[in-house]
Amino acid sequence: MNDSNEVIHKDLLRQPSTIALVGNPNTGKSTIFNALTGLRQKIANYPGITVERKMGTTIINGVLHKMIDLPGAYSLNHRKADERITYETLIGSYDHEEKPDLLLLVVDASNLERNLFLASQVLDLQIPTLMVLTMSDIAEERSIKIKSEQLSTAWGVPVISINARSKNCEAQIKKALVEQGVATPEPFQWKPTAPLKKAVERMDEEWLSKYTQLPDRARPIEALRLLSEGRLEDSFYQYTEEGKAKKLIEELQNVLEAEGENPTATEVVQRYQYIGESTENSVTKVQSSQQTWTDRLDNVLTHRVAGPFIFVLVLLIMFQSIFSWATPFMDMIDMLFIEFGAFVGSSLPAGLLNSLLVDGVIAGLGGVVIFLPQIIFLFLFIYFLEGTGYMARAAFVMDGFMTKVGLHGRSVVPLMSGFACAIPGIMATRTIENWRDRLITIMILPFMACSARLPVYAVMIAAFVPDKQVIGFLTLQGLVFFGLYLFGIVMAIGSAAVMKQIFSTGKPTPFLMELPSYKWPNIGSIVIQSLERGKIFVTEAGKIIVAISIVLWFLASFPKYEPTASNLANTDANEQQQSEQQLSEQMLSTLQLNQSYAGTFGQLIEPAIEPLGFDWKIGIGLLTSFAAREVLVGTLNTIYSIEETEEQLGLIERLRNEKDPETGLPKYTLATALSLMIFFAIAMQCMSTLAIVKRETNSWKWPLVMFGYMTVLAYFSAWVTYEIANTFLLG
Amino acid sequence: MLLSDAAIEQTYQVKQIHGDEVVRIMEMGLTPGSICVVIRRAPMGYPMEIKIRGYLLSLRKKETDAVEVVPV
Repeated sequence: MNDSNEVIHKDLLRQPSTIALVGNPNTGKSTIFNALTGLRQKIANYPGITVERKMGTTIINGVLHKMIDLPGAYSLNHRKADERITYETLIGSYDHEEKPDLLLLVVDASNLERNLFLASQVLDLQIPTLMVLTMSDIAEERSIKIKSEQLSTAWGVPVISINARSKNCEAQIKKALVEQGVATPEPFQWKPTAPLKKAVERMDEEWLSKYTQLPDRARPIEALRLLSEGRLEDSFYQYTEEGKAKKLIEELQNVLEAEGENPTATEVVQRYQYIGESTENSVTKVQSSQQTWTDRLDNVLTHRVAGPFIFVLVLLIMFQSIFSWATPFMDMIDMLFIEFGAFVGSSLPAGLLNSLLVDGVIAGLGGVVIFLPQIIFLFLFIYFLEGTGYMARAAFVMDGFMTKVGLHGRSVVPLMSGFACAIPGIMATRTIENWRDRLITIMILPFMACSARLPVYAVMIAAFVPDKQVIGFLTLQGLVFFGLYLFGIVMAIGSAAVMKQIFSTGKPTPFLMELPSYKWPNIGSIVIQSLERGKIFVTEAGKIIVAISIVLWFLASFPKYEPTASNLANTDANEQQQSEQQLSEQMLSTLQLNQSYAGTFGQLIEPAIEPLGFDWKIGIGLLTSFAAREVLVGTLNTIYSIEETEEQLGLIERLRNEKDPETGLPKYTLATALSLMIFFAIAMQCMSTLAIVKRETNSWKWPLVMFGYMTVLAYFSAWVTYEIANTFLLG
Repeated sequence: MLLSDAAIEQTYQVKQIHGDEVVRIMEMGLTPGSICVVIRRAPMGYPMEIKIRGYLLSLRKKETDAVEVVPV
């Protein structure tokens, strides 16, 4: 079975080593990674970019090995950030990653030719490799039979066939690593033509080895890329002597052309040619006109008319399930944290530490954990749909509609999740490969009216929008409610169109989306990945959320209100007679909030928000509701000393009755309410969203841009709303 | 003719790839001489779904405009 040039290593695994998984997307690579590492994973962003680095450990024969799941790639021609990481890690020139000692090269048996293209490039790098064939069951369904021995001979590395979705996938791979071992392949097994080989050698000798720091094994691949594309500026390396390189590339390209080879195409064509030859010997294909499962399902699921309807139905089922499953967990978490806060509050002596722990830390932690049910349930669905292959179909069906508004077919699911909560939605944009499309989707996602806006809308509509019927069963209150949702969507589409223009400066990446075969996914792997998402949220965004919670607590709690001091001097004599004990608890918290830094902030920004119809009390709410939009209602309750028992109705009454001290007219009107609701529909009033944007874009730049543009948009929309409402409604 | 003008359920041979993304498109298997079948178009006309080298690939208009094909 072994060719003479095949050097089998079986001793590599006796000491701790770094094993990298490399392969095309949709090959079951991540399933293998999850099977081998389980929950012993660490996912983080690579420094400075948004590509995720997946690390883990696995034990083979009692030795602990490091595992890296490299980003799925179709080619090593490293144009996209994730492919570049894969390439640079493989050649060992990436500072933030260890050079892998051996590779598991994952190849989809049902899609052998295109998978072998990347494989042929990876094998050129001469790293000890075991080739792992997956999806052989799908291949068999298509009457494709692969002879592993022949394939192994053709490519110079051991080949095993596994079912990544079966339970013993982990054992199969470990056994193969121990028994069959790995082999260091020879470069250029795809037998490049003499002129191409000569050109690569000259490129290497005359320039790459002289003027670059590239490791030996990377130079042939880099030479091939330069010869085919001739673009030095696309390179991620700092080259010196560029002039010389350009001259040499041009000369070699001319030589190739004189030999009748098209320099741009020749490498890819020759690789595919050898792939064709190698599979001819190792694959038996029975030509059959029989439709596969994938064909039959696609006839329905991607049907021009039925396809979009089915997708909407899938979304409906998905969000309804997430809603009904997540709600009890969220209520439970909410209750647990309130109970825990009350417990800590009553068991510690009253004072600063007590307040910091209860209102700052515990409330902040509760604000983090509360998101977990939604995140985990959404990702269970997303990974399931992704794993079955349906997600790519949804993108295919929706892409035509979405490109019209400057988005991507894959933007739909994240945007729809935004109606529940922007945070899982923003995390879900990771399914969008193209960075520009992904960024635009993230930047407009908070316009989707999330559930935290509901309490704000509910109070304002109940207090100020007349409860009258418009047409049939439609009420004015219902229409305003609907209008607010619609307004968010319109703002999202408009902003996406503008951002498409702004961000279109770079070269667009081509849209070449694979529609993988339908399959039943590995449920264990889906559960692991969803839990990992939850872990990422808690560990990475959670820190920021708790920190901001403490800052907000500080702003609302300091300076401390002292009832006996001069604060009471300017209230009337009757009140002054009241002792500290006689002041009701509600009154105390009202006075505390009003003269805190948050209160000062409210008064400070009052002139700025007056044109929107807001006073300083709402100003305080704008600051405190940065913790979460629904906090606005709680803050107004505190400001107006509303008893907990009569919360909503009490507040509605209070808001209606608030009088302007100068004119004696009602302070808040329908115009104020509309303006405030429009403000909340658009403004980035959510620290948790900003924290997750920071995590997902791996920089503070985008959350700050988001906060800035949304606040400006919200301000002007609210102002225009207030003016129009005042002119037309009250005129 | 261009792949964008190709008819559904017809088989074509790739002749040439044009434009800025020649290598990228060829890496996905659309090399000169390869055979592809047009499977369907999405609701708005694009993307187009083709079968190439035994797998399904979808392309937007811009990419199908870059692929020159001949009917088989």
